[in-house]
Amino acid sequence: MTVNFNRRQVLATSIGAVAAASLIGSIGPAAANDSADLIKAFTGGKEAASGKVKIDMPEIAENGNTVPMTISVDSPMTEQAYVADVLVVADGNPRGGVVTFHFTPMSGVAEANTRIRLAKSQKIIAVAKMNDGSFHTASKDVKVTIGGCGG
Amino acid sequence: MASKPRMKLDKKEAKKGEIVEVKALVSHIMESGQRKDSKGNVIPRKILNKFTCTVNGKLVFSADFQPAVSANPYIQFKFKAVESGPVVLTWIDDDGSKIVGEDKITVI
Repeated sequence: MTVNFNRRQVLATSIGAVAAASLIGSIGPAAANDSADLIKAFTGGKEAASGKVKIDMPEIAENGNTVPMTISVDSPMTEQAYVADVLVVADGNPRGGVVTFHFTPMSGVAEANTRIRLAKSQKIIAVAKMNDGSFHTASKDVKVTIGGCGG
Repeated sequence: MASKPRMKLDKKEAKKGEIVEVKALVSHIMESGQRKDSKGNVIPRKILNKFTCTVNGKLVFSADFQPAVSANPYIQFKFKAVESGPVVLTWIDDDGSKIVGEDKITVI
């Protein structure tokens, strides 16, 4: 019984935290977190061209606690031309940073998948840095329905 | 929390240059540092912040995790089979401890 109680308590606090986070997010300005600054720091102020990068995520995520996300970048992945780093940010989370993938020519394919947390419906932005110093970007809007009750 | 990670390569043997897919899952709370306990105190952040994969001692893939990565982080990626050797996955905790998983790949 104690185990059940603990789990319930943990669940209740985590739901509370998510609700609080989305409340803060909705009061603040559109880009309330540091995602734009993170991108600027990553690219060094350079303009990122669109294309080449693909974000594969569900358009509607029922549970914001684990949203599967696949990032793939179109590249031959050879010693001469490969994707070095991919920065992923979310503009509606309490903090913008999500994950940074570091690829090498040994990766063979510039593709990685993980599961992320989203506090509310928001835009996910991925910026890829090629070994020649150019940048490519893509974004995707994801709707989050916590508890599966719409919204 | 240093439980054993679950990892799977999609093939045990690969031809030279063939792409091998790795899937790995590790149990970890990934406490974001945003949540509060019942008394209103912030629960300190405790996440796995770094993941690396080496094949035969050479780094093929790594990732930096932020608190926005889900609890029990799952990671899936690929590498090019060039030489046989151990495939070692390492997760590094905020407190400096490590979780290590190991498998091997044979290039035929």
